[in-house]
Formats: sequence, structure tokens, C-alpha cells
Amino acid sequence: MKTYIIPSLKLTGLLILICSALYPLLIAGIAKAAPGGGKGETLEVNGKVVGYAAIGQNFTDEAYFIGRPSAVDYNAAGSCGSNKGASNPDYLASVQARIDTFLVHNPGVDRSQIPAELVTASGSGLDPDITPAAAKIQIKRIAKLRHLEEADLLKLVEKQTEKPLLGLFGVEKINVLKLNIELNKLKQ
Amino acid sequence: MNTELIGVIATFLITVALAIPFGKYMAKVFKGEKSLLDFMAPFERLIFRICGIDPTKQMNWKQHLLALLSINMLWFVYAFIMLLTQGALFLNPDGNPSMSPDLSFNTAISFLVNCNLQHYSGESGLTYLTQLAVITFLQFVSAATGIAALIVVFNAMREKTTEGLGNFFDIFLKSLTRVLLPLSIVVATILAFNGTPASFDGKDTLVNLQGDTVQVSRGPAAGMIAIKHLGTNGGGWFGANSSHPLENPNYLTNMVEMIVQVLIPIALIFTLGFYLNRKKLAYVIFGVMTFGMLTFLIPTLIAEVNGNPAITQMGVNQSMGSMEGKEVRFGSWASAYWSIVTTIISTGSVNSMHDSSMPVSGSMQLLGMMTNAFYGGCGVGILNYYIFIIIAVFISGLMVGRTPEFLGRKIEAREMKIASFIALLHPLLILAGTALSSYVNVNHANADWAVKPGNWLNNPGYHGFSEMLYEYTSSAANNGSGFEGLGDNNLFWNITTGFVLILGRFLPIIGPIAIAGLLARKKYIPESAGTLRTDTGTFGIMTYAVIMIIAALAFFPALVLGPFAEYFSLYF
Repeated sequence: MKTYIIPSLKLTGLLILICSALYPLLIAGIAKAAPGGGKGETLEVNGKVVGYAAIGQNFTDEAYFIGRPSAVDYNAAGSCGSNKGASNPDYLASVQARIDTFLVHNPGVDRSQIPAELVTASGSGLDPDITPAAAKIQIKRIAKLRHLEEADLLKLVEKQTEKPLLGLFGVEKINVLKLNIELNKLKQ
Repeated sequence: MNTELIGVIATFLITVALAIPFGKYMAKVFKGEKSLLDFMAPFERLIFRICGIDPTKQMNWKQHLLALLSINMLWFVYAFIMLLTQGALFLNPDGNPSMSPDLSFNTAISFLVNCNLQHYSGESGLTYLTQLAVITFLQFVSAATGIAALIVVFNAMREKTTEGLGNFFDIFLKSLTRVLLPLSIVVATILAFNGTPASFDGKDTLVNLQGDTVQVSRGPAAGMIAIKHLGTNGGGWFGANSSHPLENPNYLTNMVEMIVQVLIPIALIFTLGFYLNRKKLAYVIFGVMTFGMLTFLIPTLIAEVNGNPAITQMGVNQSMGSMEGKEVRFGSWASAYWSIVTTIISTGSVNSMHDSSMPVSGSMQLLGMMTNAFYGGCGVGILNYYIFIIIAVFISGLMVGRTPEFLGRKIEAREMKIASFIALLHPLLILAGTALSSYVNVNHANADWAVKPGNWLNNPGYHGFSEMLYEYTSSAANNGSGFEGLGDNNLFWNITTGFVLILGRFLPIIGPIAIAGLLARKKYIPESAGTLRTDTGTFGIMTYAVIMIIAALAFFPALVLGPFAEYFSLYF
């Protein structure tokens, strides 16, 4: 064993230099050319940063489109899911409560229209997206609160819908923060 | 046509299409033939000169193991000390504290053994220094260790009778300079251009659209996330791993991360074919492993896509599938696919929370780790499979009355004893651990510990038992994913899983190298009409049966108590 210790020590030192210093510095350098410069892409309103494009936000104000439930209340200093099991009775009761709450705040919406993702928590607690269906069932409420035409809101939702990758792979989705930024721009 | 399904199929096909040429490339690299990155050679020679290593010196199997274990031991001591003192060291913009001794112990081992079980959350549990100099470093070298161990076994499988199986340091360094580092640079660049942070800026504080003040954790994450997948490590920069929108920003990065985590394990199967010039054997192994993956994948897809029956009863629309613990940008198809890929190979990164998977999916994820031989981790996957080949050869030999031989060498009692020991070690570690924790959880629920054993579980009933079973399965398989509801950052879990991790890593490396080394010394017997052929479909089915029967016999009772019972309570 002794024959290997000294060479191993030296090799370890060199590899720490390569893998833990040179490599991340190289990537940081390359990332300077990327959108956001490797610091994360931000969104601005009137020159002021209002959030990160990738990170969901907590919308408690009903005049905004709301995102999915979050186990960390969208505080991106941390991240996690609820880790509730599918058969957990407390969990199922809380999903039921979210459905009931949603129905109270969105009169005229039928229970069967509520997409399950709007009443179940995301994996990271920071999910920035909802499905088009989840946006559309909120139109009625927002139109009423903001005195806007439902047709205009529908147009906005459709414009903000991102197609699957290359139109082939994955899901259609809407970034809630981007949608709400555009929503604020709509005139009454 | 369903774009989510197409996404999954395309991901798999791209993986295989890349793995074949890449497997060929690795065979050339380790054979010492001309290959693309030969310009690295002077750089490698310089490293060896500084370290005083002669890379041409041949080692026998014992010397290989000695070198491997010595350098691993050094890394453990280094990582342990760094984690214990990180709070006082530099590159800590968020001011995170040092780890407790038991958490340092667990974390150092976990990353050393390529498992990446995380009993902390990256945002608050590590500093940028330890993320890079401990975590990223170990992710590189533990993957290279696995590849080096496998190439040693390949060397032993060659036709000539030999003691010399190559030089450990030479193979190890080439795995880094010719395989892991260049690929990591490519993948990290893709991630960075899709929104993963790579700069050294600390946590950001801002006022959001609604007017609340919020924080966003960041850091030089892109490089780490690349090697975390390429090296089948799996430990995330952020707590939520690859479900975090900065760690895995969109469907493209999700495809890339899914492809690269299984790229090297699949490519190494083809490397075997090119390296030993036994392509048919490689195709049979690939076929068996792919069939094994589908055995677990199809039930998982069906369960996740159809959603939670208890939520269906509430009358809402579950057309997206079961979405608790999943992200909208991936959807349930890609999340289900990822959950199986990450558990059959030993990555253990997640893009959805496995704790919230349907019971069928949970049992398939568990089985993926319990078999631990379909594709498998970087290098070690084929080592595990090798053990099952030895057992299958022995059993088939007995069945048809031929001397058990593999690649021209007789398998005798000594090799068989080692193989049986390794095959049985895995269930022993998992079941003994789960039994112990269940006992403590029930009989000492109120023990005066930092976290009372009665409060370990995040879910009641069968699912709570599954959380403990999953933790030990993940540790023994060196996987690293978890049913993360488990309250695992405390003395009991840190210490017990720490020991399971070490045993579950090094014995399954020592065993196959010892067997291969012993076999290589024996006389080579050319194949004849009387030889049991191991590169046929029949033998493939036999190996598959051995793997599944061992798993079923060992784990069926535990699975019944956990996910199966939950399934029946939920659906009937």
C-alpha cells in the first residue's frame, strides 16, 4: 500500500486543480457568452429585475394567473417537493381542499375542468410553468377582476403558449411569470 | 400522436445511436490505438512525471486493487476534513455552516462511492468550495475508478494467460482526460446556454412581480451537473436535483441529461465487444439489459400516465398524468422514463420526486436498484452483470452437464464462492438495514435522539415502510436517489447508510476483479463443440432469469409489505 500513497497524493492534488478549479473556471468563462452570462436569466419590467425566467413565483394576488402549489412557497433559497405518498390521507385531504378553494374563487368553473397539476405540488417547489388548460380556466376570474375582455386574455394565453421542443418532443406549457408580465401590459 | 411519448422514444434512440460509436472510441483509447484525443498524451505524460508514476508498469489484480483502494482512502480522508471545516474556508458567499461529523462522514463516503445519497440540501448544506473541490472532484474520480475497474476485468478476459492487467493509474487517468472531462465540457456548455448558472455569484435577493422579497440560490452549477450525469453520480447542486428549474431548465436539457447519464454505461457494453472482439456477446448483453429496462419501464409509464386513482375520484382532470412531485415542463412520460433510467443505472439524480410516484412505479424503481445490473453505473454496472454471468454459466453448466466455462476459462469453486457472496451481499445489506430501522422506528419511537425515530417518516402506513426500504436499497446499490420524505440527516441514518455504502461499493468491485484475475491465470481453452456458448439468445435469457429470480426470492416479501400493499390499498 505504501508504494501507492505518495504517487496517489500527488495525483490527487493535480486532479483537484484540474477538475475543481480549471474545469469550473473554463465553464464559467464559456457561460459569459450565454444569455444571462451564466448568472441565470432574469426578466425585467421598466428596467427593474422582477425575477428569474426559470424560477416560478408565488402569486397570491388573484388578479394574476396563479402557478402550482409549492412545498417551499417559491422561496428559491431552497427547493423540494412535498414528498407525499399517493395514498397518504392527509395529502389527499389537502388536494381536496385546494380543489374546493379553487372552485370558490373561480365561480363558473366545473370541477372536471380543473387540471390536476394545478392542485398538486411540483417536484422542485419552483415550477415556473403551467399547462395551457390551467391558464385558460383562470381567464374568467382574471377578466372580471381586471375588467378585461375574456377574448383578449385567451389571445394572450395562446400567444404565451410554448410549443413542444421542435414541435415534436414533450409538452405544451406557459411560463406563469412571463404571462403575468404581459398581463400587466394589457389595457383595460 | 403523443409528443410526450415521442420524446421518450427519441431520447432512447439517440442514446443508443451515440453509445455505439462512443463505445468503439473507448475501446480504442484503452487499447492504446490511435484515437481522436491523442493530443492529450503529452499532458498525461507530464502528470505522470510529476507524480512519479510509470504508466507502462503492468499490475496484477491484487496490485490493481491495492492502488484503487489506497487512492480512494486518501480521497475519503480529504473529503471528510473539507466538509467538516467548510464553514471556515473560502468561496462561501452564502455563509453556509460546516457539516456535523456524522453528516460529513455520510457525505464523504456517499460521493466517494459514486452513490451521491444526499442527507443535506445543496443550497444550504455546502459551500461553493466544497461543491467544487469535494463534490465535483469526487464525481469525476469515482466515475473514473469504476471505469478503470471494468477495464482491468476486460484485460483479464483476453485470450492469453496473464498476470499483467494493465496499469491502474494509466487507465484511470485516461478515463478522465479522454472520456469524462471532454464530454463534461460539452454537456456543461449546453446546460449553460440553456440557463443553468455557471458563475461564482452568490444567492440573489430581489423584489418579485407581486412585490414580495425573495431569494434565488445560484452558483457555478453547470459543470457539476454535467459530470453528475456523465459519471452516473446523481448528486444535485440544488436540493431538488434535476427537477430544479436551474439544474434542468427545459425539455432539451432534460433530454440531454437523460441521454448522457446512460451514455457511458451503454457505450461500455459495446466497448466490451470491440475491446475483446466479441461483438455478439456485447449485443446479447445489450439485449438482456434493454429488455430488463423495459420490464421496469412499461409498468411505470402506465401507472404514471394514468394518474392517481384517489385524485381521479375527486373529479378533476388528470390528462397530464400523476403530477404530484413532477414538473410541467417534463410531463409524466419523461419523468417516468427518467425515474427508471436513474434507478437501473446508479445515477440517482431525479427530475421528479420518487416519494410521490405511484406505488407500481415505486416498486419498479426499487427493483431497478435491487437488480442493479441493467446498464448499471459507470463501469460497475457491467461488473455486477459479470457476477450474474458467472452464476448463470455455473447453473447452465450443471443443467446441461457441461463444464462451466466463460470465455475459454473454467469456473471453479473459488470463483463461484466469490460470485455467490457478492450476489447475496446486496440483499443482505438492504434487508438487514431495513429490518433494523423498522425495529427502531416501532420499538424506540420516542428515543431521546435529535430526531425521534417515530418522526422519521413523512408518510404513514405501507408507504412509510417503503421510505426506509428505499433508503437502504439506494445505499447498497450506490444509487443515491431517495424517497426524500425520510428524515435522514441524523446520527442513525448517516452512520448506518454510510457503512452500507462502503460495503455496497467496494466489495462488488473487489469480487469481480478477483474472479477475473483468478480466471486470467488459468489456461485458455479454445472453444469447441462441447463449449457452452455465452453469446447466444438462450444464454441471455438464462442470465436474465438468474437476475430476476435472485431479486424475486430476496426482495418479494419486502416489496409486498411496502409498495405492493400500498397498491392494493389505493386501487381496490
